[in-house]
Amino acid sequence: MYDILIAPFVDYEFLRRALVGVLALALGAGPVGVFLMLRRMSLMGDAMAHAILPGAAIGFLFAGLNLFAMTAGGLIAGFVVALLAGLVARATEIKEDASLAAFFLISLAVGVTIVSMRGTNIDLLHFLFGSVLALDDQTLLLIAVIASFSLVVLAVIWRPLVLECVDPGFLRSVSRAGAPVHVAFLALVVMNLVGAFHALGTLLAVGLMMVPAAVGRFWARDVTAMIVIAVGTGIFSGITGLLLSYHTAVPAGPAVILVAGVLYAGSVLFGRVGGLAQRLLPTRHLEA
Amino acid sequence: MIAGRLSLAAALVIAISAGPAPAQDKLKVVATFSILADLVQNVGGDRVEVSALVAPNGDAHVYAPTPADARTLGAAQVVVTNGLGFEGWIERLVKASGTKAAMAVASKGVKPRRAESDHDHGGSDPHAWQSVGNAKIYVANIRDALVKADGAGKTTYEANAGAYLAKLDALDNEVKTTIARIPADRRRIITTHDAFGYFKDAYGLDFIAPQGVSTESEASARDVASIISQIKKQKIPAVFLENVTDPRLLKRIGEESGAKIGGTLYSDALTDGNGPAPTYIDMMRHNVRQLATALMS
Repeated sequence: MYDILIAPFVDYEFLRRALVGVLALALGAGPVGVFLMLRRMSLMGDAMAHAILPGAAIGFLFAGLNLFAMTAGGLIAGFVVALLAGLVARATEIKEDASLAAFFLISLAVGVTIVSMRGTNIDLLHFLFGSVLALDDQTLLLIAVIASFSLVVLAVIWRPLVLECVDPGFLRSVSRAGAPVHVAFLALVVMNLVGAFHALGTLLAVGLMMVPAAVGRFWARDVTAMIVIAVGTGIFSGITGLLLSYHTAVPAGPAVILVAGVLYAGSVLFGRVGGLAQRLLPTRHLEA
Repeated sequence: MIAGRLSLAAALVIAISAGPAPAQDKLKVVATFSILADLVQNVGGDRVEVSALVAPNGDAHVYAPTPADARTLGAAQVVVTNGLGFEGWIERLVKASGTKAAMAVASKGVKPRRAESDHDHGGSDPHAWQSVGNAKIYVANIRDALVKADGAGKTTYEANAGAYLAKLDALDNEVKTTIARIPADRRRIITTHDAFGYFKDAYGLDFIAPQGVSTESEASARDVASIISQIKKQKIPAVFLENVTDPRLLKRIGEESGAKIGGTLYSDALTDGNGPAPTYIDMMRHNVRQLATALMS
């Protein structure tokens, strides 16, 4: 048992680093994911993750695999797309989802063009997949800072954010915090995605954000419990995924998300709140 | 002054009479990647116009052909490929471009070695040029292909190839003497890309890679863990980065295992003119110097 669960982390520093990385990601991204889901913006995370690519690519072109250049580029690209999409949606007839779709696709195309213009095509793979096994001190620090920062900000904007999720009309009638809270929340989404991007790449950065949130939805009715379950799911998936990658030679990033996916499948079937089994059994009970 | 002008004029006359044919008469040769293009250029000299499909610093394993490449191929008279399954995409591209060019496989006659991992290139290791002996076979094949396509240039091609082969012999000796100076028990390195199998067979230096033969697969935790324990157990002195795979992972392995991180080795792409390996000879020389510095310190 010790050999399977503990020994890998004791023996290898890179696994300990990967572990710290995914734990911090689960802590920061889990709550953000729950709020995204409650606001029916689950797919927005995916769109934003792709929107980050050109920023990171430009950072990469200027400074190579430099953490700060790629992070700054990703943050800027993410903010620009989020804000532009919001502005266009408010100023014109188009809905926010369509506007966001247009902007993130443009952004993604720009990113791919920039990367391939430099003549090297392999680099794109690093953007798409990241490297959770190669976290250095700086990257770990960045992920930890982002996780801590987003927890603090969430604590500050907690009440208006919850209100805006369940009853935006009421929030608008009692306070003008709605718009700033929305912007702060979008900023948290972008930051957490940029953090996750370094470890998991653009394709899977959203994985530790949305899949645990969806799991939480099946086991709890109130927001706090949902978040606790989502964070727990993220942490469990992180540890199990890394162990899976260690024992079976599956690539580490996908392994983490796959474990979360298995938990999600279990929740769909057996979830206490609206899972399939729970929905079917009571009906039979009532008929009897 | 007058003498200067005269000699200049004389030089011009010589250049016109003996020199290159006008651009449109040049034999249009397309090589699949930069190393082959360099070899073709050395054999063809001024009589050929060479272009490479995968540019310097690009990775031929994950290369995606563009319509412009199909056009280049369509206009080509000779297409030189590496063979041994290196360019999995070339057959479809040739078909799509409808080119009538003569196809030449540079590695014809090379004794293929089995790939270290079994999931790619149909089992044989395509990076044959990493041994200078094989590069000489490449040069001979390229010479024959050029002579066949452009009989009028036979003497030029044979003379160029002869001169270049002599250079390759010198290079081969240089590599051998440099490796001989490294103590035998330190002739082991780790590098991201195990494209050095032929180098290993020819010069007796052990290359161990954390990833498979192709750059397509992503490393798992088990791969990284086993490579770190291997470095520690076998006391491998140096780890090398390479221009086409993830440098972050290598850095981590180097830090954790205490192996020295060497400079960049170039395996399947040349650099552009500003880099340390703009030609095949430069590339091999650069690699062996990097190896010697890291392993002898």
